[in-house]
Amino acid sequence: MADFKQTPSQTVGPYFAYGLTAKQYGYPQTSIAEGVLAGDDTEGERITLIGRVLDGEGKPIPDAMVEIWQADAQGRYAHTADPRGSNSTFVGFGRLGTGTDPQNRFLFQTVKPGAVGDGQAPHITLILFMRGLLTHLYTRVYFSDEADANAADPVLAAVSEDRRDTLVAAREDGAQGVVYRIDIHMQGPCETVFFDA
Amino acid sequence: MPSRESSATGYTRRDWGSHPPLIHPDYKSTVLRGPTKPLVPLPAGLTEMTGPVYGHEALAPHDADLTRNGARNGEPVGERIIITGRVLDERGRAVPNALIEIWQANAAGRYVHAADQHAAPLDPNFFGGGRCVTDQDGRYRFYTIKPGAYPWPNHFNAWRPNHIHLSLFGTGFLSRLVTQLYFPGDPLLDLDPIFLGTPAAARERLIARFSIDATEEGFALGYEFDIVLRGPLSTPMEG
Repeated sequence: MADFKQTPSQTVGPYFAYGLTAKQYGYPQTSIAEGVLAGDDTEGERITLIGRVLDGEGKPIPDAMVEIWQADAQGRYAHTADPRGSNSTFVGFGRLGTGTDPQNRFLFQTVKPGAVGDGQAPHITLILFMRGLLTHLYTRVYFSDEADANAADPVLAAVSEDRRDTLVAAREDGAQGVVYRIDIHMQGPCETVFFDA
Repeated sequence: MPSRESSATGYTRRDWGSHPPLIHPDYKSTVLRGPTKPLVPLPAGLTEMTGPVYGHEALAPHDADLTRNGARNGEPVGERIIITGRVLDERGRAVPNALIEIWQANAAGRYVHAADQHAAPLDPNFFGGGRCVTDQDGRYRFYTIKPGAYPWPNHFNAWRPNHIHLSLFGTGFLSRLVTQLYFPGDPLLDLDPIFLGTPAAARERLIARFSIDATEEGFALGYEFDIVLRGPLSTPMEG
């Protein structure tokens, strides 16, 4: 086992856009994933997840890449390790750079995931890559209207109480539908909780 | 309904002796972008052990041949190379159906990316992005052009060594890896704060090996580069 050690991570750098998010940035190559996860026939409550990635001076980062992975509305993952399997139209993976929105936001159009069934509250997992980040970071997005489930969630319980809010997206029910907002703070008093996952 | 835990037997941990730290001041952008508080341990559950699955159907015909996928009216300029190797887990087992996406500068050290203003020429016949999926033995193969070195603003006279960026999806979301492949004998490696941010014992794993066996007679030099990803402690098939 010791002979096969993990290949080291390196930064995604400033020039990932045409390789990993080509369609979003208007380069002539297809993309494996984008900001729209839910199709017309996907079951579940439509939501938009909106946020920014802020550096140690509180400035929005314009060259971060955010990937999200989530269960479908019934809490099932589209993967063989989930014995229930997802409904066939929903993959649950999205990827966006923060460089095409004027405010450097990411906007994912998806469905609200259901609880997976292992005692955890509904959540989306998120990976962050950017220039200046040598090893990618894992964090999670929970939902502000799931207070009871969040209170019972074992992952949130392992986070000190004063930092749990950094993982909870705020729900807004407006004319454009359901929006959840969450900013990712790399540093500072509101530094987001990142996981050694 | 089967137990949700039946196949969730855990995952190898991130080996911090292999990966760069989150703040490495010689690489200046890390200072305001790396988190300052300790990471919170998270046991792997279904969320982490699953992940998107992309098969060969996700590929277009020339996706793995960067000498052709950006060609407009001729061949790209530069030294043709082959990058090949296997994607493995930490027990040395092949990882089939791993998606590898790559992007790189052209032979002159210039990226297609609109933000790259380095005064070196773009190549109308080279795009610099591609992808492939590993076969049943975990093997992959790209044809491309050897990327050039280029300057960057980290410090006076800073130049990135020749490198190719790679992004990989393995078995689950915890297998995710973004890394860079370097070339043997590059004098810029010992001056590069990104490469040197990697723990010393792990740096050699980022350098491809020249291989005469992987070289194609009369056509392109071959380099081998194996990649080791995190994986489940035991697979569902092993029960």
